[in-house]
Amino acid sequence: MTTHSNNRIITGKTSIKTYREAINDALREEMRRDPTVIILGEEVSGGAGGNGQDDAYGGVFGVTKGLQPEFGRGRVIDTPISEAAIIGAAAGAANNGLRPVAELMFFDFIGVSFDQIFNQAAKFRYMFGGKSKTPMVIRGTVGGGWRAGAQHSSMLHSIVTHIAGLKVVMPSNAYDAKGLMVQAIRDDDPVIFLEHKIMYDNACEVPDEQYAIPFGEAAFPRQGTDVTIVAISNMVTRAIEAADILAKEGISCDVIDPRTVSPLDHEAILESVEVTGRLVIVDEGNPRCGLASDISAIVAERGFYSLKAPIRMVTAPHTPVPFAPELEDAYIPSVEKVLAAVRDVLGG
Amino acid sequence: MPYQTDFLLRAYRSMKTIREFEERCVKEFEGGNVPGFTHVSNGQEAIAVAACIDLSDKDIIGSTHRGHGHCIAKGCDVGGMMKEIMGRSTGLCKGKGGSMHIADIDKGMLGANAIVGGGPPLVNGAALAAKTLGTKNIALSFNGDGSANQGTVFEAMNLAVVLKLPHVFVYENNGYAEGTAANYGLGCESLTVRNAGFGMPAECVDGTDFFATYEALKIATERARNGEGPTAIEAMCVRFDGHFIGDPQLYRGKDEVKLARKNQDCLKIFRDRVIAEGWLKAADMNAIDKEVMVDIEKAVADALAAPHPDPATDLMSDVYCTY
Repeated sequence: MTTHSNNRIITGKTSIKTYREAINDALREEMRRDPTVIILGEEVSGGAGGNGQDDAYGGVFGVTKGLQPEFGRGRVIDTPISEAAIIGAAAGAANNGLRPVAELMFFDFIGVSFDQIFNQAAKFRYMFGGKSKTPMVIRGTVGGGWRAGAQHSSMLHSIVTHIAGLKVVMPSNAYDAKGLMVQAIRDDDPVIFLEHKIMYDNACEVPDEQYAIPFGEAAFPRQGTDVTIVAISNMVTRAIEAADILAKEGISCDVIDPRTVSPLDHEAILESVEVTGRLVIVDEGNPRCGLASDISAIVAERGFYSLKAPIRMVTAPHTPVPFAPELEDAYIPSVEKVLAAVRDVLGG
Repeated sequence: MPYQTDFLLRAYRSMKTIREFEERCVKEFEGGNVPGFTHVSNGQEAIAVAACIDLSDKDIIGSTHRGHGHCIAKGCDVGGMMKEIMGRSTGLCKGKGGSMHIADIDKGMLGANAIVGGGPPLVNGAALAAKTLGTKNIALSFNGDGSANQGTVFEAMNLAVVLKLPHVFVYENNGYAEGTAANYGLGCESLTVRNAGFGMPAECVDGTDFFATYEALKIATERARNGEGPTAIEAMCVRFDGHFIGDPQLYRGKDEVKLARKNQDCLKIFRDRVIAEGWLKAADMNAIDKEVMVDIEKAVADALAAPHPDPATDLMSDVYCTY
């Protein structure tokens, strides 16, 4: 067994897997292990009722491909385009003995289903005095870079992170995606599982066996002492790229990937800032009332005396996600912006 | 006799319990013992009881903001309910839910729901679980003429048909969505015709007539249990009180409530029928009346004496299973 600095525990046989394949593996193995796990959503298989190919989609990004042929339409359920009904069915089923994995496809579609998420699933346990549990996963793809326009590119993780009763998971690589999906399915609370659409083809070494990554434990893809960079989801990739460039200049960055933003590993961030005294947060979401401002507030409140420079947030601007490639590229935080922020906190 | 005596006595007791519970809620609210706001269902008792009387604890119901009657009909403890409504820590939901969020999973009561139209998508889930696990249990959602216009309900009805779910949609059409008349808010001429448009059997019954409502629901629940899919039952009824306790009901006609209480009281209609048919004796029902009054009195006394939640321990608990 080897433990890497990025918290990856590798045992047994491994394969190079994409983010997409890693999630598919987690779903397949959990469905084999536990007959109460079901999948429902639009096009999770595809081709229902048509004259053409069965399993025509396997999810619009192919994440659930092959599951319906193995488990049947009773457990991999294609639904009409009815997001509120999908989430409601998952939440009701979760309270009655199933562990549903509901897919919202593009997480932007949360809008038409939001009541079922934040007023229903998230609040059941509290409203009912702890007498119910709602073990469900809501999958959605987030983020820009696909030129998909304003209604298919949002992050929106901060909106769900705000809600007590939900857990929010944002894997930045295939290894974490598999382990976090296993944990999400086995978890007894409603979990929002956000997959960044730009990362589906990203690959890394992934164990073939099932493993669960506990929620609330950050990973440390780069370790350093000069500046703390907290990044999530696809921004971890950019933070690592920036850290590697800076390393060549003799600047040592401590890159933290919280992996789950609810619960959030506060201690990992605070402990790092205690050493570095400098914090840059990289978040693809909008800046106001967002994850970056939340982490800033936590550090300002609990780590203020460690800080040697003001906290810098590198986020998207306060606009919807634009369509034109030039605009979208300017919208998503770039490696250059991360570099500039790090240099800035170092008195640049 | 088409009905067993025991069945009729149970039905009467349940309806009477709802009536007295609701009337007492009004009193306790007015006396300042109930925090927040509360919606009572007196006048609509026959539908709740007709829908739930044959269900087991494993069958699931989803209710509405006007849910006390559904809870009682499904077997929830009136003492636990009254404590919950008064916000006490020994209430059914430890005082964290209140009138609009009473749930009792052990009784198959998936919760009252303060979001109009919030319940049916969830009840589909209970039905989906029953179908997937092959339990033969069924699920039943209560709706009003108000929630009938919510998109969530349309989605739920369509999905129930598509997946052939064992889900009975009950519409209590009491003529008002809050203070807006159903004959204004329902753009269709007939809700039942609209319901049938979703591709499920749909029927309209007189919801003040326990027996008519029961017979329609019996067919609907049997269909669901036999794997034949969803049914919609619209039950026409009358709300004896306002939208909420304290509602001045300025939108209702002169003497409308008075006349309804006189002519459309489902309890009275039930009593008259069973006596006329010779199915029950007035004395049997009078005895139940007395017992119910004792039960409600005890529920209120116990609730008033029950402990309040302690913020030090109760505020932060029960948000997550683990966090």
